[in-house]
Amino acid sequence: MNNSSLRQSSVLLLPTLLVLGLFFCIPVLLMFGVSFASRGLYGGIEWTFTFENYQRLADPLYWTIYGRSLFLAGTTTIVCLAIGFPLAYVMARSSARMQTALLVLVMIPFWTNFLVRTYAWMFLLRTEGLFNSLFMRLGILDTPLELLYTNGAVFIGLVYGYLPFMILPLYVAIERIRPSLEEAAYDLYASSFSVFRHVVIPLAKPGIVAGCILVFIPSLGAFITPHLLGGGQSMMLGTLIQHEFLVVRDWPFGSAISFLLMLLVLVVGVPLLKGRKLWGS
Amino acid sequence: MKNRSFQWLTGISMGTLVFLYGPILVILLFSFNASKISAMWEGGTLYWYQQLAGDHSLWAATSNSLLVGAVSTFVALGLGLGAAVFLERGRMLGQPLIEGVLLLPLVIPEVMLGVALLLFFVMLEWPLGLATVTIGHCVVNLPLVIMVLRARLRKIDPVWEEAARDLGATPWQAFVHVTFPLLRPAILGAGLMAFTLSLDDFVVTFFTTGPGATTLPLKVFSMMRTGITPEINALSAILVTVSMLLIGVSLAFQRK
Repeated sequence: MNNSSLRQSSVLLLPTLLVLGLFFCIPVLLMFGVSFASRGLYGGIEWTFTFENYQRLADPLYWTIYGRSLFLAGTTTIVCLAIGFPLAYVMARSSARMQTALLVLVMIPFWTNFLVRTYAWMFLLRTEGLFNSLFMRLGILDTPLELLYTNGAVFIGLVYGYLPFMILPLYVAIERIRPSLEEAAYDLYASSFSVFRHVVIPLAKPGIVAGCILVFIPSLGAFITPHLLGGGQSMMLGTLIQHEFLVVRDWPFGSAISFLLMLLVLVVGVPLLKGRKLWGS
Repeated sequence: MKNRSFQWLTGISMGTLVFLYGPILVILLFSFNASKISAMWEGGTLYWYQQLAGDHSLWAATSNSLLVGAVSTFVALGLGLGAAVFLERGRMLGQPLIEGVLLLPLVIPEVMLGVALLLFFVMLEWPLGLATVTIGHCVVNLPLVIMVLRARLRKIDPVWEEAARDLGATPWQAFVHVTFPLLRPAILGAGLMAFTLSLDDFVVTFFTTGPGATTLPLKVFSMMRTGITPEINALSAILVTVSMLLIGVSLAFQRK
């Protein structure tokens, strides 16, 4: 391309850069600035330069929330991998027609409103919900159990919400593995377990990494699930940020927590992504 | 041995599918339940759907959602198409930086994007409403649309465009008559995806909305807060059905 047509064609990119610069880069930078300011008397922002907000992050009060967020996001990722892998494998090794059918079956929850899918668990788990009513009718329980607004409810909601994000990349990766490789291992007297351990899992690694990133990052920053299924009892980083912004109206501190969340996302996400490049996906 | 372990995996997979579909099917079923309070089946009715049809605020929320969805989808497609063509076919200084900026909105937690936009709009004293919600949706949709279109463009051999240019077509003509028709399925797919995401978006909408600018997910959320009622089940059932229809349409387009 010569110079003049290059200059003409950069017009194509300009509107995108303007929109993302103005409505993404500037707001994020602005928030970074605000995280060093302090809260005004009535919830506004006072422009004094201070590290106070970041020092407050170390308050033991918040450690339970960080710990819970990391723990729930971690276990969600592991459980999604454990229950998603068999389904992805069966999908990849089914007949072409069956593959399409299963793919559509996994895609429907993927595209179904997240709020609605979380609500389904509110309906099942609440005190007068289906599980409690059913157990009481069957005489298993005398008094209803407190199922909603617990860590367990948030955990189920997260697994339910993000499981499709795990299955799809796993399926893509396993589908690329030639079945003949597994057959060769079987011919050499490998057990099913060692075929899985030494052939399928190493070759599916790019999909495993992609799936783990796609589940871990949104789980760590989840807002809807802990808000609806955890309530005030089971706060996570996402609900804490919302609480600081909309309830306490301490925007500088809320901004500092947001950057802590982003740091955690990068600390976990970047090494995984780099690792993926090393494996040569 | 081999077959037996496959059967075993198939069994687990069936369990996983039941887990994925059970809760949704329960909601669908109970949207026809005659009892207002009980979580047990008390006979069928369409009453809750009639209640929804008579709720004016719900219709207003639906039209808001459709408006925001349509505008943000068209903006994302229009801008994203140009950006995708440029990034795949042109070359520019600082391209890695631009690619980073394009990737970040996809990686950053949605809550953070929501509060950053809230902060920005409030500090500019920009009144919160449908316009700010639409801007938020554009920021979410644009990088995704660009990603889908670039993936498709990479598969289209530039040889076709070069052949058109050799035969005397201007770059614009080559694009309109060669690249665009080849790109059309991806444009439709990306558009449907952006539209669906916009209709479903809650988090960014929640933080960028203002008085009177209620979208469908915000309406569902406020209904859920006041208590679990069969109307929410009915509304959820409608939303699930709409999602299924949209997937059906997008699959049909991809087949063509």
